[in-house]
Amino acid sequence: MKTAVQPPPVEPADRPRRRIDGERRKVHTIGRWWWALPGALLVIAMHYGATAVGGSFAFTNWSGIGSFEWIGLGNFERIFDDPTKLTALRNTLLLAFGSVILSNLAGVVLAIGLNRVLKTRYLLRTLFFMPVVLSPLATSYIWKFIFQLDGPLNSILSGVGLDGLARPWLADPIWALWAVLLVVVWQNTGFAMVIYMSGLASVPVEIEEAAAIEGASLWQRTWHVVLPCLRPAIAIATTLGLVNGLRIFDQILALTGGGPANATATLATEVYKQAFSLGNFGYGAALAVILTVIILTFAVIQQRVVQGRPEV
Amino acid sequence: MFRYTKLSALREIGLWLLAVVYLAPFYVLIATALKPDSEVFSTSALAPPKSPTLQSFSHVLSAGGESDIKVGLANSLFITTGSIIVLVLLGSLTGYVIARNTRRWSRALFFLFLIAIVLPIQLGTVPLYISARTLHLTGSAPGMIVLYGGLLLPLSVFIYAGFFRGMGTDYEEAAAIDGAGPGQVFFRIVLPLMAPATGTVAILTGLIVWNDFFTPLIFLGGSDQQTLPVAMYYYIGSLVSQWNQIFAIVILSMIPILVFYLVAQKRFIQGFAGGIKG
Repeated sequence: MKTAVQPPPVEPADRPRRRIDGERRKVHTIGRWWWALPGALLVIAMHYGATAVGGSFAFTNWSGIGSFEWIGLGNFERIFDDPTKLTALRNTLLLAFGSVILSNLAGVVLAIGLNRVLKTRYLLRTLFFMPVVLSPLATSYIWKFIFQLDGPLNSILSGVGLDGLARPWLADPIWALWAVLLVVVWQNTGFAMVIYMSGLASVPVEIEEAAAIEGASLWQRTWHVVLPCLRPAIAIATTLGLVNGLRIFDQILALTGGGPANATATLATEVYKQAFSLGNFGYGAALAVILTVIILTFAVIQQRVVQGRPEV
Repeated sequence: MFRYTKLSALREIGLWLLAVVYLAPFYVLIATALKPDSEVFSTSALAPPKSPTLQSFSHVLSAGGESDIKVGLANSLFITTGSIIVLVLLGSLTGYVIARNTRRWSRALFFLFLIAIVLPIQLGTVPLYISARTLHLTGSAPGMIVLYGGLLLPLSVFIYAGFFRGMGTDYEEAAAIDGAGPGQVFFRIVLPLMAPATGTVAILTGLIVWNDFFTPLIFLGGSDQQTLPVAMYYYIGSLVSQWNQIFAIVILSMIPILVFYLVAQKRFIQGFAGGIKG
């Protein structure tokens, strides 16, 4: 770029940007701005462009072939008049929040349990983290078997004399959703645990020791010393968990396919069903708009709540 | 101060018991996959196989068409590797420019990428599908690489930008003073120094691509070119309660990633814990 041929202008308005020392010098080493161009264009087209076009479908009755009409908010009215879609909305929120709360609680307990001195802590960490790297689809099939009427869970229940509780879990309109929730929590706990373990590693030993010497109990140390240090970890784990939880799809398709009678349908599975199985692109897009708005809203709220870290 | 006490021993035993319960599903998985057809229905779901056999595995491996596991495995490997290469190259270049530039447009660009991370794919899927079909990119593995290159780029850029910000510019300046051009500085100095970031990007995005089900279900739908999860989905869809075969295919689909995880588990876990914090 241009070198300082003429003396820099002296107007103070330009001050703030110039404040960063050595910016001029750095100009030589930052590469070229157009290096960012392919990536930027790709993301603008594939994320923003596609989302905008898809969003505009939501106001049409397009079925994938032929012409379509603009029908305004018609699709949205149909969604909010349809009890099955409201169930899907409720299920989405319940699974997202339920899985975030439960897997973070379990994750923080495991992380504190595995913190320091244990001889096999790294081995245990590897084991508890294992479900995270496996495909949600594949692990869901294992759980589908476990929840069968003649499956392992019911065998165990009748083995300990609780025959009365045995049921076809995934075919039960009330229990199916909780079974799905259990699978999601099982799969995500290791992730939360790892985030909290690295958060705990940043708690200075001296402070904890000092608190212990002053006579603070284990509980007090955890609550007043450790947890405040975990705030950033909590922010990351919950934000990511929530965003992923709201998109939940694979587990539903493998475990229940949305059934019985739509009892476990979520927004993501309804979008898939409407747009890709039934060809109702307009209606499916309207559902996807609702999903997108919910995700963006919660992501923004979450960022506001945990101020000071602009990153996800 | 924090020494190994009786309480620690108790904690350790408790956590091991918990781990056994936590991983019990894998016992069921392996035990059932090894059962011959006759035992699947006649024995308890918890019983170990009486006469273990690999016949389910050979059944699964002989399937063809859209549920061909071997094709699925090859495609998954190809798509995952290709996507990682694209995401590392594009992501590092873009992340570098964003991190090293203090202008306003570069900050705006950063937020553009940041928001795109949480933007769900569902809304854009239909337009993307139509575009891909027009360009003959549906039903093809290279098309999937293009798709993932765009879809996961925000995550890659975000991770790289975070790492670049934490790295001083001394080496770059030294190289520039010695006469290296911007391209040389980047590919011979900066990128090699960024090996930890590249590892994190490769592991996180590779895992997402490898395990992804929704995108290939749509974009490869109806073709013979499937990825492992979709081939598994189709194969299982054709079975009714053949749990030994279902679990054989589930195990086959898990082996590559499990081997990788157990070999590089420290990098995996650090990738998750560190990469996401940036």
